[in-house]
Amino acid sequence: MHPITTSHYLVLSAALLLIGTLGVLTRRNIVIILMSIELILNAVNLNLVAFSRHLDQVTGQIFAIFVIVVAVGEAAVGLGILIALFRNKETVHADEVDLLKW
Amino acid sequence: MNFLDSIWLIPLFPLFGALAMLLFGKRLDPQAPSAVAVAPGVTPVDGGHGHGHSHASAHASDHAEHGGHHASPATRWMIRILCPGMVLLSFLFSAGAVVQLLSLGEKSHQVVKYTWLAGMPFHLQDGSLGRFAADFGFLLDPLSGVMILVVTGVGFLIHVYSTGYMEHDGGYYRFFGYLNLFVFFMLMLVLANNYALLFVGWEGVGLCSYLLIGFYFHKKSAGDAGKKAFVVNRVGDAGFLLGMFLMFSVLGTVRFTEVNQALTGGRFHAEAGHFGVLSAMALLLFIGATGKSAQFPLFVWLPDAMEGPTPVSALIHAATMVTAGVYMCARSSALFQLAPETSFIVACVGAFTAILSASIALVQNDIKRVLAYSTVSQLGYMFMAVGVGAYWVAVFHLYTHAFFKALLFLGSGSVIHAMGGEQDMRKMGGLKDKIPVTFRTMFIGSVAIAGIPGLAGFFSKDEILWQVYSSPLGSKAIYIVGLITAFMTAFYMWRLMFMTFYGQPRMDAHTAAHIHESPRSMTVPLVVLAAGSVLGGWIGVPKLWSFLPESFRAFEHFLEPVFATAASHGADAAHHAAHHEAAAEWALMALSVAIAVCGILLARFLYLVRPALTEAVQRSAGPLYTTLANKWYVDEIYDFLFVNGLCKGGGSLMAGFDSRVVDGGVNGAGWLTRFASMVSIWWDTWIVDGAVRLTSFVVKLLSYPVRILQTGYVQAYALVFVAGALVFLGYYLMR
Repeated sequence: MHPITTSHYLVLSAALLLIGTLGVLTRRNIVIILMSIELILNAVNLNLVAFSRHLDQVTGQIFAIFVIVVAVGEAAVGLGILIALFRNKETVHADEVDLLKW
Repeated sequence: MNFLDSIWLIPLFPLFGALAMLLFGKRLDPQAPSAVAVAPGVTPVDGGHGHGHSHASAHASDHAEHGGHHASPATRWMIRILCPGMVLLSFLFSAGAVVQLLSLGEKSHQVVKYTWLAGMPFHLQDGSLGRFAADFGFLLDPLSGVMILVVTGVGFLIHVYSTGYMEHDGGYYRFFGYLNLFVFFMLMLVLANNYALLFVGWEGVGLCSYLLIGFYFHKKSAGDAGKKAFVVNRVGDAGFLLGMFLMFSVLGTVRFTEVNQALTGGRFHAEAGHFGVLSAMALLLFIGATGKSAQFPLFVWLPDAMEGPTPVSALIHAATMVTAGVYMCARSSALFQLAPETSFIVACVGAFTAILSASIALVQNDIKRVLAYSTVSQLGYMFMAVGVGAYWVAVFHLYTHAFFKALLFLGSGSVIHAMGGEQDMRKMGGLKDKIPVTFRTMFIGSVAIAGIPGLAGFFSKDEILWQVYSSPLGSKAIYIVGLITAFMTAFYMWRLMFMTFYGQPRMDAHTAAHIHESPRSMTVPLVVLAAGSVLGGWIGVPKLWSFLPESFRAFEHFLEPVFATAASHGADAAHHAAHHEAAAEWALMALSVAIAVCGILLARFLYLVRPALTEAVQRSAGPLYTTLANKWYVDEIYDFLFVNGLCKGGGSLMAGFDSRVVDGGVNGAGWLTRFASMVSIWWDTWIVDGAVRLTSFVVKLLSYPVRILQTGYVQAYALVFVAGALVFLGYYLMR
């Protein structure tokens, strides 16, 4: 039985990052986009924790907790914007909103 | 009681009377015609009321039928007591003030109530800072003392006379209101302590003169005469105003005392042959005096002013108002003394006016016109005296003239009254015994004006002639003119007397039956004035009569303080005069008396002894007689030059000027504005807006590629991020 090494974590992290990025780019529903962003962030967290373990330094883990906190705030703001958007535009689809256009 | 400090009350009494009459008179007089409030000169809408009949018919025998339109007797008595009473009160106050003035050391008293006109400070001609200030202030000195006594004294007598004379005329209260108003303004004029307040009185008496000349305003000639007087006076007033402004800009004050101080302070010197600013100032003031005092060339209004009621002619156009110019010049004696050129002009104008108007008076047939021209002529004498620096003599003649000319006018009014409104002397004659009081008083007046020794006119006129002869400012030529005028004066006055009172009656039977002596209210003033004409001169006897005590020369000594400043400059004049030997003066005196007697005798010969000869003389004199009868055509010349030349010729000229230049200017300005605005619009639209729009267009053009990138879709941006991240990643991996 092979032990789970740091490389495994890194592969998983890369996979999550890829899935998240594709989700952000391809999905129309903003809720899913936000979830995909959570996936990206968690891929980074996994990466940080894996290297923390690998290098035997606690800094990475602490950084991961920071990222989680920031992610919570970001999710809250994102959902707030989403609700405001829905109230004004009656939609949660990103491709139907181009308010940032000049 | 201290009259000196209450001199400001003196003018207020008549003002009170005037206000009472003009504000409430109509209510007092419920039957008065409603049209009386209409100003003279305005065409009245007269419904045949009592005052609507002419002067002539006012005195006609059938005036009784108009009685119903007149005020009730009670009202008349109230007016009759109030208005002359107010003037009497002023006279008593004046007398009291003058008596108290005599006991003053300084012989001058000023009462300043408040500053009436206060102006901004500004730079005078010499660079110092002056502030225009005119007081509501009064100055009583011997000069104004004489004037207020003459104005209120003669004024009172004429008021009394008017109560009888105006009996049969409508507008009783209006007449007395104006008359009181006149006395008020005249007192303001002579009591003012500065030129600005003097000017208020000056204009005020002009207004009253206008109102009273046009008193019978339903008569067009009366309204026209009023307007003529007003307009001609304005010409002079313009000169007065300019003189006053010049005086302020040079001296920095218009107060008499300060002006005198400034002029005698040594800053200015009389420079013969140099027409300086003082000469101009004096000349401008004199132009004002020519208007008010009816001197050539502005004398034409005075004869026409005879359209007014006769008491008005006596008070305003003989005794008081027309002497305002003389008073003003005497008041400015310090100035005239420093302006010998102007003084010479004054003397020449006075002499010319005197002889011109005396020559016109020779042939006039209207009794009042003779007296009017006589007044102009006598005023000319006064200006002669002013011109040669003999100011006290001018004032002396003013004072004696007030007596005998008021007497003659009132006497002529009494004659007109008796004749039922007839003023043409050709229709009179033989009135001597029918109106004895009038005759005797007028006789005295005529003797006085002719210059027979012992009466008022002799002393003043002879003194003027002597001063003209002896003063360094005078000249022999002017003296000869004065002498000829004296001859003419005696002639025309006695022509008047002989035509009116002597010879055969020439009136129609109806008038002749009606002739009656005037009521007591009219004859008493005549008698008082006659007494004045006899006695008034004895306070100014010639120095030559050294057998008389000095108190017979009180007038000159009384006025000395006023003209002391002028006298100090003209000291050499007196010195010079003293050098003439007494014999010359006696000779000249005898000459002037002889010439007066000649005038009287010639008049007697031509109009009494050989009346037929008169017509022969008239015929042989031909053109000269016509010229004189037509008053040297002065009115016609003025009509041609000014009335036609300016009004009519100017009218069409002005119309052309108006339509071409003025309208053209306005239209041109409008067109120019439109054109300018069109240019402005074009510039705005194409240049200003164009520049702005060009800028935005360029920005828009340049920003086009960048705008393509900004889709507004969040995911498009995210894709770019990822692509960018991949590029960086690839770059690091490939390296």
